[in-house]
Amino acid sequence: MSQTETVHRDLGLTDDEFNAICDRLGREPSYTELAMFSVMWSEHCSYKSSRVHLKTLPTQGERILVGPGEGAGIIEVADGVAVAWKIESHNHPSFVEPFNGAATGVGGIVRDILSMGARPIALMDPLRFGPLDDARTRYVVDGVVHGISSYGNSIGVPTVGGEAVFEDCYAENPLVNVACLGIVDTKLMHGRAEVPGQVAILFGSSTGRDGIGGASVLASAEFDQDSLEKRPSVQVGDPFSEKLLIECSLELIRGGLVASFQDLGAGGISCPTSEMTAKGGTGIRIDLDEVHRREPNMEPFEVMISESQERMLAVVDAADVAEVLAVCGKWGVEARPLGEITKTGKVEVSAGGKLVADVPSLALAEEGPVYERPIERPRWLADINAAPSGDEPPEHYGRTFIRMVSSPQLASKRWIWEQYDHMIFLGTVLGPGGDAAVIRLPGTETAVAISTDGPGRLCMLDPYEGARHAVAESARNVATVGARPTAITNCLNFGSPERAEVMWQFSEVVRGISDACRDLNTPVTGGNVSFYNETNSRPIYPTPVIGMLGILGDPAAAVGIGFQDEGDAIVLLGTTELGDFGGSEYGKIINGAIGGVPPHLDMDSERALHEVLVTGGHGGLFKSAHDLSGGGLAVALAECSFASQRGFSVQVGGTEPYRALYSETPSRALVSCPQAAVDEVLALAGHGGVAAEVIGAVAGDMCDFSVFAVTLEEARSAWEGGLSDHLSATMGPDGD
Amino acid sequence: MTARVGIVVFPGSNCELDCRRSFERLGATTEFVWHDDRELPDSDIVVLPGGFAHGDYLRTGALARFSPIMNAVVRHADAGKLLIGICNGFQVLCEAGLLPGALRKNEGLKFLCKWTELSVEVPGTPFTTRAERHQRLRIPINHFEGNWYAEPDTLERMRADDQIVFRYVRNPNGSLDGVAGISNERGNVLGLMPHPERACEALLGSEDGAVIIGSMLDHVMNMQPSPAAV
Repeated sequence: MSQTETVHRDLGLTDDEFNAICDRLGREPSYTELAMFSVMWSEHCSYKSSRVHLKTLPTQGERILVGPGEGAGIIEVADGVAVAWKIESHNHPSFVEPFNGAATGVGGIVRDILSMGARPIALMDPLRFGPLDDARTRYVVDGVVHGISSYGNSIGVPTVGGEAVFEDCYAENPLVNVACLGIVDTKLMHGRAEVPGQVAILFGSSTGRDGIGGASVLASAEFDQDSLEKRPSVQVGDPFSEKLLIECSLELIRGGLVASFQDLGAGGISCPTSEMTAKGGTGIRIDLDEVHRREPNMEPFEVMISESQERMLAVVDAADVAEVLAVCGKWGVEARPLGEITKTGKVEVSAGGKLVADVPSLALAEEGPVYERPIERPRWLADINAAPSGDEPPEHYGRTFIRMVSSPQLASKRWIWEQYDHMIFLGTVLGPGGDAAVIRLPGTETAVAISTDGPGRLCMLDPYEGARHAVAESARNVATVGARPTAITNCLNFGSPERAEVMWQFSEVVRGISDACRDLNTPVTGGNVSFYNETNSRPIYPTPVIGMLGILGDPAAAVGIGFQDEGDAIVLLGTTELGDFGGSEYGKIINGAIGGVPPHLDMDSERALHEVLVTGGHGGLFKSAHDLSGGGLAVALAECSFASQRGFSVQVGGTEPYRALYSETPSRALVSCPQAAVDEVLALAGHGGVAAEVIGAVAGDMCDFSVFAVTLEEARSAWEGGLSDHLSATMGPDGD
Repeated sequence: MTARVGIVVFPGSNCELDCRRSFERLGATTEFVWHDDRELPDSDIVVLPGGFAHGDYLRTGALARFSPIMNAVVRHADAGKLLIGICNGFQVLCEAGLLPGALRKNEGLKFLCKWTELSVEVPGTPFTTRAERHQRLRIPINHFEGNWYAEPDTLERMRADDQIVFRYVRNPNGSLDGVAGISNERGNVLGLMPHPERACEALLGSEDGAVIIGSMLDHVMNMQPSPAAV
């Protein structure tokens, strides 16, 4: 038995996959080749378990210039203005090493955007953690937020929003997703090396042993008790190098010096060399002796799969090499010609004068295994769907309301977002703390709205319906600020694909996203799948995080959530189904129940609501707008009130007022307007087929729900402290 | 005639585009100056923008003071022309010895990006001609190291010399004496932790930054020889 026949398992390849490689090559692979296959055929890079499902997603649309498969999706948002939009995950590294895991997650998505020729201009960080009463969770939260802050702030890209969710299932599998928006700078780039004779230039940070096997060993296997020992597989970020890489890359593109372009992420050098040539129908010959390194005696396989950060591969005309190197030199970015594009269709790698790998590009990049994994609906689901949803009256209305707004889930996330530079570029018209961020695009007077949403609990109760909710709510968020939902990127976070229940959840979620995106006409521009989010065989909730992009146009049309003026009317748009408590915050926080089924979601009603919100917003009818989600009407009213420190007085009726207050029926929003405009607002809603009711007015300094009232001061301070009281004193893994 | 503003760009600077936009919005012309250059273009005002010059390695601003352009920046200040360091630029000015004191990590040991209220403590400086004494300005901060400190006798002398130009109304970072912005003795060099360039547009939440930037531009225009005198 040859040495490689046992080694492949350590690299994460199955026996069948190893045999397939031998068949494809007509021989046994060298160790370097095997290492290359192990990363390129990893779940993380090859999407081998998800591909058959993902191909059912709608990806076409008149505004979609580039769909899935490139570094990022590209969407035309105005004449001659195109943006890049993409979400990624860095879940596994962020649990093993929170600071660097989260930091390098930011770095990775930023390079994806950059690889399209776009300047990264905004980040969003949807985060999911365990409950805050656990010391390690507090350490992870602190490290992740600090990592994002440190990296994002240094590279000068504002972090304008995100989510922070706290749920038992994420305790040992936190989800650190990161979305990035970019604006195409001068020229849309692609990652296809099409011209033999052109030169591949590796530029950016030096290559070391950090992050060896990040894609295969870390991101493509579940966690167990030894996982924390995988810390060396986590990359270490250097935001200063990334900032220089951004400016240097944009200057190269502006100078017309780059033919094609790809970042180095998962899979290291193996990835762009094989993918760019596979897409371009070419090959490449590279010399590893030309790779600038940060440590001596690296084996060729280590150089080929190292995931050292802040590196890019540019393919340029031979005549431009000197100028490319000069631009890199100006920015202090190290750059070396690594090799040449060939006609061979192969990735040929030499080191020390010897050929160490000679593999067809297609075999690495596009002919990886594709699995149709077994699917089985979980048996436990029927029990959970039949379990109580928490539809029980509270013991005390006032105290219940305070508990709701001060729960970490619903409390102010200021502790997190104040650590992020959310203002740089002078484009943040609406920043963190609202329904969606509104970003005025640099050099234009046009704005887009972006939002992320991922209701894991609803997806656990019903993955298909939950996924539809995810798309609908993210669309509602951008519509609330006045933007028209246009396209999504998605990050699909799941347990092990080798578990039939997980694959059932996955297939149902993809089906739900597909249907919802078709209904709302918001195609999928790309995204990311993160499997193996489970520890000791306990998977997370199926958690698709949807990143929605909406087109606003005039930035001054943006509508914020805060109530504005005393006496303004508060109008509830949409119909409340009393008793929509399945998977609700009220059910969980007050009654400790996670059960039932997700609320019914009707996409016709949803679309109608968006139309009213967008039309009213652009018509200047609304002084504030906010969608109803976690915590229902009561929490939405409170958030509008806290945002501007203005009280309200509303009439909440019914024999069981808690149901009107806390039901989480979708397709609803709260708007406020001057009394003189009420008729117009009601007419607009009526014309659009959306129920509308004046429920009260902006008034005084109380949160007055008629059935009970608390002072704005008391409620707001409970809300502000709900998260920060847990976190302010966090010191370390054992800190308290 | 418009004020000419040179904006120094270090590797790792990241507020240069925002400074350009806001200074130009208020009528100035701007030019970027690469840190490796040895001479400034003709400039009435020099701006050291925010960011992380040289990655803020070693200590914030510690490496930037050795960038070749800094000799020209010092000569510009010595000539009595206006020099403003914003955020990281303030840190560079302290490291370069152009302003007293040092900027330590925030008291809460967290990066802070938030709106603050400043009080104009000294009107009538080249940076505050458009302001009244104790006028409140709403301008955001964005830093980890904004906690200014100086020896007690230095602070006393600076107070006496009207060098404490801006104080926070509510101290966000533990800065000594609530200091948000200070000038040198001569009054032509200002270090300011808050970002006035981020507060020049109502759409973004405040136009108060224009008070500071506009004051600088007014000062430059008032120093120009009048056409009759030429």
